[in-house]
Amino acid sequence: MACCDDPALRPPPAGGDLTRRSFVARSLGLALSVYGAGRLGLFDEGVATAAASPPQRVLVTVFLEGGADALALLYPDGDPLYRRLRPRLALSGGQPFAEDDRLRWHPSLDPLAQLHAEGKVTVLPSVGYEHPDQSHFTSRHFWEVGATDTGLRTGWLGRYLDRVGSPDNPLQGVSLTGQLQPSLATSRVPVAALDGPSQYDFWTQGVWDEVERHMLDTLGAFGSLGGDPAVHQVAAVAAQSHRLYTQLAPFGKAKLAPPVPYPDVQDSFPKRLAGLAAMVGAGLPLHCVALEAAGEYDTHADQASGLAASLATTAQSLLAFQRDLESRGVADRVLTLVWSEFGRRAAENGSAGTDHGAAGAAFVIGTRAAGRMVGEFAGLKAGLDPDGNLRATSDFRGLYAALLEQWLQCDAAAVLPDAHRFARPKLLRA
Amino acid sequence: MAALPVYEGPFGAAQAERLLWRAGFGPRAGEAEALAAKGLDAAVAELVSPGPERLVGPEPTDGHGHRLAPFDAWGHDHCWWLDRMVRTSRPLVERMTLVWHDWFATSNDGVGSQRLMLAQNNLFRANALGDFEQLVVSVTRDPAMLLWLNGTENRKGSPNENYARELMELFTLGADRDAYSERDVREQARSLTGWQNRWSKRRGDYDFHFDSGAHDGGTKVVFGKRGAFSWQDACTSCVTHPLHASFFVTKLWSYFLPTPPDAATRAGLEALYEGRDVRPVVAAILKHPALHEGERMVKPPVVHVAGLLRRIGARVDTTDWAWIGQLAGQQLFYPPNVAGWDDSRWLDTATFRGRWIAVSRILQHRALNPEHPPRGQPSDPEALLARAVEFWRRPPLADATQRVLLGFAAGALRSAKADWERRVYPVLVENALRQLVAVSPDLQTA
Repeated sequence: MACCDDPALRPPPAGGDLTRRSFVARSLGLALSVYGAGRLGLFDEGVATAAASPPQRVLVTVFLEGGADALALLYPDGDPLYRRLRPRLALSGGQPFAEDDRLRWHPSLDPLAQLHAEGKVTVLPSVGYEHPDQSHFTSRHFWEVGATDTGLRTGWLGRYLDRVGSPDNPLQGVSLTGQLQPSLATSRVPVAALDGPSQYDFWTQGVWDEVERHMLDTLGAFGSLGGDPAVHQVAAVAAQSHRLYTQLAPFGKAKLAPPVPYPDVQDSFPKRLAGLAAMVGAGLPLHCVALEAAGEYDTHADQASGLAASLATTAQSLLAFQRDLESRGVADRVLTLVWSEFGRRAAENGSAGTDHGAAGAAFVIGTRAAGRMVGEFAGLKAGLDPDGNLRATSDFRGLYAALLEQWLQCDAAAVLPDAHRFARPKLLRA
Repeated sequence: MAALPVYEGPFGAAQAERLLWRAGFGPRAGEAEALAAKGLDAAVAELVSPGPERLVGPEPTDGHGHRLAPFDAWGHDHCWWLDRMVRTSRPLVERMTLVWHDWFATSNDGVGSQRLMLAQNNLFRANALGDFEQLVVSVTRDPAMLLWLNGTENRKGSPNENYARELMELFTLGADRDAYSERDVREQARSLTGWQNRWSKRRGDYDFHFDSGAHDGGTKVVFGKRGAFSWQDACTSCVTHPLHASFFVTKLWSYFLPTPPDAATRAGLEALYEGRDVRPVVAAILKHPALHEGERMVKPPVVHVAGLLRRIGARVDTTDWAWIGQLAGQQLFYPPNVAGWDDSRWLDTATFRGRWIAVSRILQHRALNPEHPPRGQPSDPEALLARAVEFWRRPPLADATQRVLLGFAAGALRSAKADWERRVYPVLVENALRQLVAVSPDLQTA
């Protein structure tokens, strides 16, 4: 079966399109010479072509690293066991959760509660997999590769991009984290990692003018080197860096004032989301994007204060990002998945923290999200496994299959091992 | 015990250069030739049993002429260690210190004290090639580690599993090998209770000590054995576990070679490790034919930078190295998490740019000035490339790489039209070649 039936997701036709190129440049308030004649190599044609095709849908993933406590994100205020398991950590306040009157939003998640009230958040209160692994690294790996298989080396989004992606557009899979997120690891097509769109430059002292341009092109020429696998790896990433540099050239001088305010904090998460909204708004050919949320979630000790601060910055940034996309008129093209490698033990530990658990919480955010809960909160009596951890009521591979089929419109069986085993929740509104 | 194979091919400067990269931070000028003259056996013996440390070259500064303040100032910790890598006469000791930093990966993000991080660093250095059991015991009670994995919050009656899990999963046994169960995690956490410390606003965390009142002295069941185990017993149980040696030698090997050892080699290394002494295992790995004949390896970012500085005899004279390390994907004392850096994923478009910036930072203030081209400035591609290679003290470059670089030089020189361009471009090209040589695949791998 063809992977993509939606015409918008088919590979673009060959040949450049000057109109689109000028649009990209104009939307940034820049001269057309950015993509101007004389500077067009084969690659620029590829970028221009990708930019010229109908804009693709974008899937953004946001990782809460460390195992975010599902029983704090939506806390079971109405469960009689809650205060007994969490004598020191039990929360109060926060918005009620309209889909289950036992649950309330963490007070720091007001921004998500607001988006939920607008019907833009699908909540998975207990998502995971059978035989949960409580190692950060093993469980994260499972989520990154989309299977409970320790041997897989490509990410679930990487394998998707290997099927539908283009050989000359690193922006199709971009990691806005300073380093490549494993979920985007491909085996065939290029993907990119960058801090933000506006600083991707390559400068060295005493080199300018035409010599500088030739020097940068040499990074592309390194791409032909190989033989030894390590040499090939450096060569390939040099060439990808050169491509990415060309793609992001318009952002080099553009002022990136976002149309809505983002949290003004030291953490780079809000700035990265603002840069992402600008790139999507400018029509750059992004398709799958991975970020890490603000803060830390491995809350073995003193969970209350650290988690509240981390969640506040993350949720406020996500709300700003959503409003930014809406004000740019591109919100219908973007869906955001928020996930973590596992949840935490139902009973708190002796350090006013929580140890590693099983099922965690996930959210799917966007104007196209169905906004109806997937799975359920099964309660602290029946819902715990023999280790005292929350049992999963939905499977992350079903979630991925639904994202692939309903949002990216691709055959999930071609991307996820054993995809047929998992029920697909309904993630999008009609 | 099966004898381990030893490399018996030619051992010239090229082989010595690779050995110095894998076992350290590459050669200083002339060092590869000197090592080659000794032969492989003597070369490895010298690496694993060096004399007392000498730091060769000028002391590091912060860029304003001041000494580094590694206990106090942000980024100075990174530069302090980088300097040691550049100037040390015991490269393998320093490289093993880096291995242990990655193996027992502790981040100052969670510790919040550069002083404690440097104390841990000295612990790694002192045990660089010693007894692994002793190292595990020392790390278990190390203040930075106690803070990082909540060891001092693990108390009788209210255990915290963080350290117990990582001790087995990451430090001694490995995940997904059926070496331990979730019950073992909980029971080991009980054995490890008892470490405490005090805190004051002025001193921060201090007075790390074992308090028998906070220790759970009850009976535990660990790996199927029953006893009133102590925290030392917890360490010993891990390193005497039947699945420890295979984990240890495979992981240690992975720091020196890009492909895993074959079954016979692994068995031989396990036998060599019987007494849990690290030194003979490292020596055997450094003499193994696969290291000398096998695939190249991508250098970790800090090794790449330290090696370039070492090669040209440059001193650490800026604290920019800390944020550049961050961009390149390796800020010392800040590994990404307790599993350390992922050596299979050093390179992506962001970290490649970080490596580019590292090279350009070395070249800054060393660039040739096009306003005042030096006398006898050549203008043909071959001569310009030869001079750029000479700048880096003649690192070996593959023919294909040389062709790409010569193609660049020829193309850039051809684009000179005006008189001033013809005068200035050769200088710009030579500056660019220095940059390109140092970011080429040849210099980013060894």
